[in-house]
Amino acid sequence: MPMIEMKDVSKWYGSFQVLKDCTTNVEKGEVIVVCGPSGSGKSTLIKVVNALEPFQKGDIVVDGIKVNDPKTDLPKLRARVGMVFQNFELFPHLTITENLTLGQIKVLNRSEDEAVTRGLKYLDRVGLISQKDKYPGQLSGGQQQRVAIARALSMDPICMLFDEPTSALDPEMVNEVLDVMVGLAKDGMTMMVVTHEMGFARKVAKRVIFMDQGSIVEDATKDDFFGKPRSERAQQFLSKILHH
Amino acid sequence: MDAFDWNVINRSFVYLFKEGMTFTLTLTGLAAVGGIVFGTLLAMMRLSSFKWLSLVATGYVNLMRSIPLLLVIFWFYFLVPYIGAWMTGASRPIQVGAIASSVITFTMFEAAYYSEIMRAGIQSIPRGQVWAGYALGLDYWQTMAKIVLPQAFRNMLPILLTQTIILFQDTSLVYVLSITDFLGAASKVAQRDGRLVEMYLFAALVYFVVSFGLSLLVKRLQQKIAIVR
Repeated sequence: MPMIEMKDVSKWYGSFQVLKDCTTNVEKGEVIVVCGPSGSGKSTLIKVVNALEPFQKGDIVVDGIKVNDPKTDLPKLRARVGMVFQNFELFPHLTITENLTLGQIKVLNRSEDEAVTRGLKYLDRVGLISQKDKYPGQLSGGQQQRVAIARALSMDPICMLFDEPTSALDPEMVNEVLDVMVGLAKDGMTMMVVTHEMGFARKVAKRVIFMDQGSIVEDATKDDFFGKPRSERAQQFLSKILHH
Repeated sequence: MDAFDWNVINRSFVYLFKEGMTFTLTLTGLAAVGGIVFGTLLAMMRLSSFKWLSLVATGYVNLMRSIPLLLVIFWFYFLVPYIGAWMTGASRPIQVGAIASSVITFTMFEAAYYSEIMRAGIQSIPRGQVWAGYALGLDYWQTMAKIVLPQAFRNMLPILLTQTIILFQDTSLVYVLSITDFLGAASKVAQRDGRLVEMYLFAALVYFVVSFGLSLLVKRLQQKIAIVR
């Protein structure tokens, strides 16, 4: 059974169709990179997985639970799916430690002691244990994004969604975040990553999904995608982003 | 015409502040807390995706903001006893009393204004913050209570306090219910001793000092609490 199963997913904003019959699977332990030009629907594709964005047609099943079933307990499902955002979205009024423990205490009903222990373990893993009492605004972008990853991890997710995790970062901070993500991939975390970092894709992705105008144009293994992309649109895209 | 007799202030000082100002501040405090709580609920209703909730809140806010406060005070004073009787099923109007009536009135009236402030505050929080809360598995109420409202409240604190200063001045309108608030007390002394000019000047001065002092404080607070993003 795949970890994430999408079948014919379509979504409209009014009369504008942002997703057109998207079908794909993410197996347990796989890392899938989603890329494509801006406005192609890749961020939307990743946000429908944990129902942050509703969709009108098709089915999504995460770990055997149907996302678009009205009876599904969405908060419970979301708690098991880690998500990292383009703009970090740490809670600016809470300290780093409080950011790490809020979900654990409120959603997983862990005691504060246990939540802090777990949270700090992951904060240590992303190399920021010394920042635990600071507020997000006192950290650099790269540090904030690493905290955001630690926050997602401390919920013990069964898979992780990344929505352009390095797009808002200054160039010199991109690698510190990618390093953490590569480490996660090597540990066998199931990951769906929207990114333009083709180096990351080459290093850890199993498959690459290329989107254009709301459709999945290409869904190929990494070697096929970089070796011989079949669609002209994907070839153009690759030539544009790889030649700099 | 007699010379001014400023000694009237000295003579009535304890009465003015112990009776009058205490009531004014109590009413301001209660109405501010109640109004902010109720106003926040109204703001959440207004931003709700349930159409009818939003309609009810919008209607209420627009109604309150379109009627003079003085009229609302009158209406509540006369209506609340009947509404209370209707709600409890009593056969006679419930005795609410001028003071309770004024607290309810100001809470309900100010809630309309506070709700507009809180609505702006809630809308100022980026969508991504809500997403981040939901993505952690928090539900709507938890996301509101732990993430959105603390930030909205903090961002809007200066404006909420400014509105409270206005409320502090508006409470003087309770004189129509013959309640002894600060202005009511000053007015009574003024008429008893025939010292209208002195007492009304003094009352104005006290309102000015309190309001202006508070607004200076708000200004300083504003510079201090801006959230670093």
